[in-house]
Amino acid sequence: MVQLTLPENSKVRKGETHPAPDGAGNVRRFIVYRYDPDNEDNPRLDTYEVDMDSCGPMVLDALIKIKDETDPALSFRRSCREGICGSCAMNIDGTNDLACMRAINDVKGDIKVYPLPHLPVIKDLIPDMSNFYAQYASIKPWLQSQTPPPPDRERLQSKEDQEKIDEPSACILCACCSTGCPSYWWNDERFLGPATLLQAYRWLVDSRDEAAGERLDQLEDPFRLYRCHTIMNCTNTCPKGLNPARAIAEIKKMMLERQH
Amino acid sequence: MSLRTPLGKVMGLGSAKEGTGHWWMQRVTAIALIGLGLWFMISIAAAGDLGYGSTIAWLARPVNAVLLSSFVLTLLYHSKLGVQVVIEDYVSSPVLKVGGLLLSVFVHLLLAMAGVISILRINAGGLS
Repeated sequence: MVQLTLPENSKVRKGETHPAPDGAGNVRRFIVYRYDPDNEDNPRLDTYEVDMDSCGPMVLDALIKIKDETDPALSFRRSCREGICGSCAMNIDGTNDLACMRAINDVKGDIKVYPLPHLPVIKDLIPDMSNFYAQYASIKPWLQSQTPPPPDRERLQSKEDQEKIDEPSACILCACCSTGCPSYWWNDERFLGPATLLQAYRWLVDSRDEAAGERLDQLEDPFRLYRCHTIMNCTNTCPKGLNPARAIAEIKKMMLERQH
Repeated sequence: MSLRTPLGKVMGLGSAKEGTGHWWMQRVTAIALIGLGLWFMISIAAAGDLGYGSTIAWLARPVNAVLLSSFVLTLLYHSKLGVQVVIEDYVSSPVLKVGGLLLSVFVHLLLAMAGVISILRINAGGLS
């Protein structure tokens, strides 16, 4: 059955508090999930008081400041700091978001920062994404075509056809949607999840791709596709404003279309 | 502990190549239940007298017997599809899962049989 309580060694305890330096006027409190695989301790919530007068505006700025000035052991992924790499996806103030795109001022009260939900935690805010990436690889996210490209130019696509893949191509695979989906929590090894299904849709509607039939064959499964119950958390949480739920609904419509 | 690759786990036993029928029948039965449910509620409300005799007489009319047995069968089919999804979603133990799915099928089948045979018996005049 579903496990409703955390196992004893996963229960999150209260951790240390790192007060702001003396004289700091504008202080915000960050409560951050910490887990260190190198010792036997349970995960804990550390509190960091950050002087906002010397901190950038985004949650990622605060995390970098904490790491630089207070606690070098704090671990998290980040790269581009402008919402295009997807590395700093985490659970901020109860919703999945990119730390670099979430303004501290948009959060009221203490800023709670956890890793993405329901993934194994490697350390602190770093989850294990192996399963997520394997699911992405499983849908063969590349152009499959028997017709060779013209010898003298690229494969052509009309403007209208390009517009069909504009939105799904903007996905950065940050995993905010998949790890925010209850169906993905309960069946993460069998349900592909919204991010992967959005990418499956991206190749299904690509006018240059010739493998739609095989792609649909691979998706037609009670778990891979049909675990989606249109809960809409994916669309709600997407930091890029994309709509994976609609893409999944479109895939289901294609499944019907080829039967009738 | 398994050393299978993440991709190996995700590919698993492959696609079952089904699920569309289940998903579509959930929608079809849901639409049917809107009509049948409305008919049932309006009939009950319009009947006024819900005593034994008048209920038997109401069911003796073929149109009511046809619609009521359609309502019972559609409702139970819809319920069977829904309970199946709930079990597949939340029950991960293989024994409990298969057991729960079998139990659900049997219970729904028995309820459907009981409903339809009751309606037929009354309609055929056995109890009027």
